[in-house]
Amino acid sequence: MDPFLTSRIVSDILGGLTNGVTYGMVALSLVLIWRSTGILNFAQGAMPMFATYIGFVVFAGHLDYWACVGISVLAAAAIGGLTERFLVRGLYGKPEINPIVVMVGFLIVLEAVAAAIWSTTPKSLPNPFSAFDWHLAGKPLTLSPFTLYEIVTALVVMILVAALFRFTKLGLQLRASALAPEVSRLLGVRVGRLLTLGWMLATVVGVITTILVSGGGFSSGLTPQVMDGIFAYGFIAAAIGGLESPVGAIIAGVVLGIVNQFVDDFVNSNAVIIVALVVLIVSLMIRPSGVFTKSAQRRV
Amino acid sequence: MITIDDLTVSFGAVQALRHVSFVAETGKITAVLGANGAGKTTLLRTISGLKEPKTGTIRMDERSLVGKRTEDIARLGIGHVPEGRGVIGEFTVEENLRLGAMMAKVNLQRGLEEQYVQFPVLGERRKQHAAKLSGGERQMLAMARALIAKPSVLLLDEPSLGLAPLVTAQLMHTIQALCETSDLTVILVEQNARSALRIAHHAVVLHVGKAVANDTAENVAADDNLRQYYLGLVE
Repeated sequence: MDPFLTSRIVSDILGGLTNGVTYGMVALSLVLIWRSTGILNFAQGAMPMFATYIGFVVFAGHLDYWACVGISVLAAAAIGGLTERFLVRGLYGKPEINPIVVMVGFLIVLEAVAAAIWSTTPKSLPNPFSAFDWHLAGKPLTLSPFTLYEIVTALVVMILVAALFRFTKLGLQLRASALAPEVSRLLGVRVGRLLTLGWMLATVVGVITTILVSGGGFSSGLTPQVMDGIFAYGFIAAAIGGLESPVGAIIAGVVLGIVNQFVDDFVNSNAVIIVALVVLIVSLMIRPSGVFTKSAQRRV
Repeated sequence: MITIDDLTVSFGAVQALRHVSFVAETGKITAVLGANGAGKTTLLRTISGLKEPKTGTIRMDERSLVGKRTEDIARLGIGHVPEGRGVIGEFTVEENLRLGAMMAKVNLQRGLEEQYVQFPVLGERRKQHAAKLSGGERQMLAMARALIAKPSVLLLDEPSLGLAPLVTAQLMHTIQALCETSDLTVILVEQNARSALRIAHHAVVLHVGKAVANDTAENVAADDNLRQYYLGLVE
């Protein structure tokens, strides 16, 4: 049993799972916004990055880790809400290229402003748990208290988001607003507020992801570009899973993380992005609307 | 009671409604009839705040509705069953009904039971996705979703569209029964003038945005000119 748990295969699966849940979280936040507003938010990595700086750098040294997490979450909710209300709302119903250009521009602005305020030097985040791998029979297991915290947090967030949508009144209204905004308004649902809430929620999911990937001891730390690479893989996962399917996005993210880890270990680290893009192209050729999107599933 | 006075609605240079006035009385069915493009759907959309009028007033009892947001108008107790029914196909029957009940201060369980008694087929299919229902069942669901909120006014846009004659007759009977058992005010937009006039108390006939008749349903049904030129009812 012991040799198996410390084997190269299990090690790659655990390492891949850790990365995969973060891709899944980014993909989930992209899907949340796409489903509710039909916008591909290219600033989905930059907005939470900015909120993480507010929580962890502005208040560094004054508050403990969990208080910084709380402030980052509040900042993310505020940034998500304000972005929807003042930047995005005027873009609904406009040609698809308009929101893409605006959100790419917003990404560049946020990264530039963060660099101007906090510099591009990586800032290390405090660690709530040890980042050193556990050992089993003297051999390292590719699992540390921090990576376990990372995986569990991501799973809890995903389950909470799924439960919110499936079992609560608010979730029913959020889904209705996304699927049939006019009918929802005729039933008294305040669709405008719910769209704002959807952006807040997506940015909060994003900030938790950013905090996880910027911490952990072996991470290079928080930088204005910290989410760029993860955003790319999250975007690929969302496209593979299907932009209409939150569950599909999460599963695709996790699978992509594991595949990447195997490619990195058995082939070459430079081949990782190539393989990810090949997987994307092949999956889109076979299922253009995404692996997990039902053909009948679309906005009303 | 809904009072519409001198209502004009435009789409750019095109006037969809021109100086339309009528009263839909409490507990009565007011049929709004006319051919395609007469302005019937625009009238309902304007009452619900989905379209802003150019001039004129719309009042629910003494309260003005013009300028209010659609969701606020719905919360005042105006249920609108749009053309094409507007049920959410990805939702189950019960989720559609829960959504309808959400904004009203009604007991959800009691509301669901009432609607399942009123429309038994919905009770049998409560866990089924609305996309899998037949046209008639979807119409029933759309009606039940509006009724579960206990509205005081119900706007029905072409409820018989695409339905078999027998289903249409059942539907009209249901609307009539609802009006008789409560103080529900119904504005019924229909192309199927014959069915609508059979149950309506009052009728307004629109022609290219103008009200060419505003009288009791009985008088409209008996007017040969209206029947022949505007309603296409030739014996």
